[in-house]
Amino acid sequence: MSELFKTVIEEISRWAIPVMLVIIPLVAHFKKVKVYEAFIDGAKEGFDVAVRIIPYLVAILAAIAMFRASGAMDIFVSLLSPLTNLIGMPAEVLPAALMRPLSGSGTLGLVTELLNTHGPDSFIGMLASTIYGSTETTFYVLAVYFGAVNIKKTRHAVPAGLIADAAGIIAAVFVCRLVFG
Amino acid sequence: MLNYVWLGLVVISFVVAAFQGTVPDIGEGAVQGAKTGVSIAIDLIGIMALWLGVMRIAQEAGMINMLARLIKPVTKHLFKEIPPEHPAIGSMMLNIAANWLGLGNAATPLGIKAMEELQTLNKSKDTATNSQVLFLTLNTASITLIPATMISLRVSTNSSDPFAIIGTSIVASTTATVVGVSAALLLGKLPLFRKNDPNRVQNDAPEAQK
Repeated sequence: MSELFKTVIEEISRWAIPVMLVIIPLVAHFKKVKVYEAFIDGAKEGFDVAVRIIPYLVAILAAIAMFRASGAMDIFVSLLSPLTNLIGMPAEVLPAALMRPLSGSGTLGLVTELLNTHGPDSFIGMLASTIYGSTETTFYVLAVYFGAVNIKKTRHAVPAGLIADAAGIIAAVFVCRLVFG
Repeated sequence: MLNYVWLGLVVISFVVAAFQGTVPDIGEGAVQGAKTGVSIAIDLIGIMALWLGVMRIAQEAGMINMLARLIKPVTKHLFKEIPPEHPAIGSMMLNIAANWLGLGNAATPLGIKAMEELQTLNKSKDTATNSQVLFLTLNTASITLIPATMISLRVSTNSSDPFAIIGTSIVASTTATVVGVSAALLLGKLPLFRKNDPNRVQNDAPEAQK
């Protein structure tokens, strides 16, 4: 059953983009849209959007890179370790979990290290993989999506995103203990 | 909010670095972070242009509006500020579908497109509306049916079952999404965040904005 689900989803993922790239222009053509001209009009905005995001990305990524380089992460890990023991999260996974909302590449590095040291099929390996696979890099998403429309006042976006991350990580611990523990 | 987070990151970094003797490292880190920001944006240009082009075709053919009508029953409860057949709904649906399938390259441009559609309904230029915060939260906690990066990493570290984490990832990301959406809806009602809600500010003082 899970094999079938896996195959179906994988095939859909593989076909989705090529099919969309063909179907959309084809349907539009029958609806009398001048597809080439419409494409160019839309694509023109691509450059502007990318350039618009730059200051937002630089602000967030520079601050996070400073934070990582300073070693402040280690202090956070030791402050939070009593809490993780309480929910049954192995101490080794905590740095990766805390890094998750800040830096995608940083988390990937930490998770790779965990998989190499403890093995991908160990409990630690499964938990680290689940955490990485189940949430996005909140601050990166925030910079890109709000940067693209020049939004500087983010209101409750940061707390809502971080609450979602925390919920995802706690859920990962519980479901992994249930399935692999 | 981001003012405090940003300042906090910079100040904590400096204080910790001063104690641990890593001050030169944080300078180097800042420069590297800035460079990474630019290269990410440059990498986005091509993908953005491609998807914005395709999206324009879909829009002119009325396909985005059709999608919006399809999911109206769900979205009219979550995105109360948006007219039910607005193109923003169709774009958001495409972004979420791309996220589910783990199509990161397509999801980002589609999400940005949706954010731009939402911005056309925003009466303030620089403040996020409730809908924009909710949509962002859906993306930070995005449900992924196939976490492709993680699976390939598991394959390369010789996992005996690289796909074993699909089920647990779906459970964890669904929990994150449900909690995130609830948090976004509830936090938007707090006085602290309500006071600069672009829709509310406009209603209270219709003249003040002009």
